[in-house]
Amino acid sequence: MRIFAILAWTGRAAADIVAFVGRAGGFAGQVASAVANVRTWVPLTAVQVRRIGIDSVPVALFIAVFTGIVLALQASYTFTGLVPMYFVGVLVTKSVMLELGPVLTGLVLSGRVGANIAAEIGTMRVTEQIDALEMLAWDPAAYLVVPRVIAGILTFPVVTAFALLAGIGSGWLTSVNLLDLSTQEFVRGVRMFYQPFDLTYPLIKAASFGLVVTAVGSLYGFFASRGAEGVGIAATRAVVTGAMLILLLDAFWAVVLL
Amino acid sequence: MIRLEGVARRFGSLTVLDGVDLEVRTGRTVAVLGRSGSGKSVLLKHVAGLLSPDAGRVLVGDFEISSARRPAVENARREMGYVFQFAALFDSLTIGENVGLPLRRAGVAPGETEDRVAAVLETVGLAGLETKYPSELSGGMRKRAGIARAVVARPRYLLYDEPTTGLDPVTTAVIDDLVIRLKDELQATSIVVTHDIRSAFRVADRVALLASGRMRAEGSPDEFRSSEDPLVRAFVEGRQDLWPDDAG
Repeated sequence: MRIFAILAWTGRAAADIVAFVGRAGGFAGQVASAVANVRTWVPLTAVQVRRIGIDSVPVALFIAVFTGIVLALQASYTFTGLVPMYFVGVLVTKSVMLELGPVLTGLVLSGRVGANIAAEIGTMRVTEQIDALEMLAWDPAAYLVVPRVIAGILTFPVVTAFALLAGIGSGWLTSVNLLDLSTQEFVRGVRMFYQPFDLTYPLIKAASFGLVVTAVGSLYGFFASRGAEGVGIAATRAVVTGAMLILLLDAFWAVVLL
Repeated sequence: MIRLEGVARRFGSLTVLDGVDLEVRTGRTVAVLGRSGSGKSVLLKHVAGLLSPDAGRVLVGDFEISSARRPAVENARREMGYVFQFAALFDSLTIGENVGLPLRRAGVAPGETEDRVAAVLETVGLAGLETKYPSELSGGMRKRAGIARAVVARPRYLLYDEPTTGLDPVTTAVIDDLVIRLKDELQATSIVVTHDIRSAFRVADRVALLASGRMRAEGSPDEFRSSEDPLVRAFVEGRQDLWPDDAG
């Protein structure tokens, strides 16, 4: 009997996954065709740029500053007596620019932005506001989803650029004030292995994170059901899925671009 | 005219509509009665093209909305007004902006939109509340604002989803009067989905009862009142003992 129960559970789970993939595919098609509806989404995008991008800068800076401090201190602890101290600058810069800056910013924004979008669109779904949009002959994908996704793609790289500056800046200040490293030594480390692509790479990653975080938040919000509980579930799933996709994309870009 | 022919719809393993037939003649109002969860709102969403049937077809005028593509459905919706169960007003917009949305969508000039919004708000008894937000209004006032938004563009078809649910008897009477007045003024073809039988008898020319996914009875309010059908009697008299367990 137990084996039948397991088989039934597996079958239901597989059917749910197939249904979800189908729904996500349909949603992606709907959003892609809504991009052509420029008159609807362009006027609404500026508001989303402010909410998704500008309002996210403080939390991204907060994370980046402490990341820079810890990286400088850990580098110094690791290198003591073995590696020249200007390598603190190398490690802080490379780690912040290539990995920790974009990924930590993406993860934080997955929580802040992804959950917010899922909850907002989910509430509109369960209170029939999305149906009302349809009845008013507005395309909900063009009205709700496209402005958020465009704003995510545009603003995540900008927020990440600020985070990179803050992370390297805090690493420099820590090195100068707590590690007896001079500014010249730190800068020497920063410049030692620097390549222009080190700046392009995190911005490409950040744009892709902006796409998945906003798209996933919109997807779960769009298909929310069963009142407040459903909206809560949508927000949770948006954050978890967004974070997982960020890590998958991080690995993908490392394989493809490095 | 609105016509549903053999409309069927399942959600997973649950059959909600199982071959529904219904006709609403031009300029008339039909009230669709049914217990909570009987599929009344689902039926209304099929008429609006918000849901597509698994089988059967829905005609709004000569237009088959059930099989049409999105742009054509959007065009058809410009002729419709939909009153949602909980008004579905946009929280971030004022009452004036909410009510003016259909006109903005239709490209009406801002000055004319303002005048028409003021006029329709006066009709529904909300004059001067243009700058209030939905959260600042009572449930009855939000419902009336929802009705104002549905009728401001003077649609040919009006769909009401539980317009009086959750309201006190006095506010219910106000909404009923409003529905009757709008019917006379707009000459719209209307469907009112409700489980409020007194309301249904007041506002409708004909009444239909939805149970087990099908239209189990249909007639004028007088025919309904005098019906011997046990399901109709159970509903009219509010007697659970007459309602079969398998009747949905």
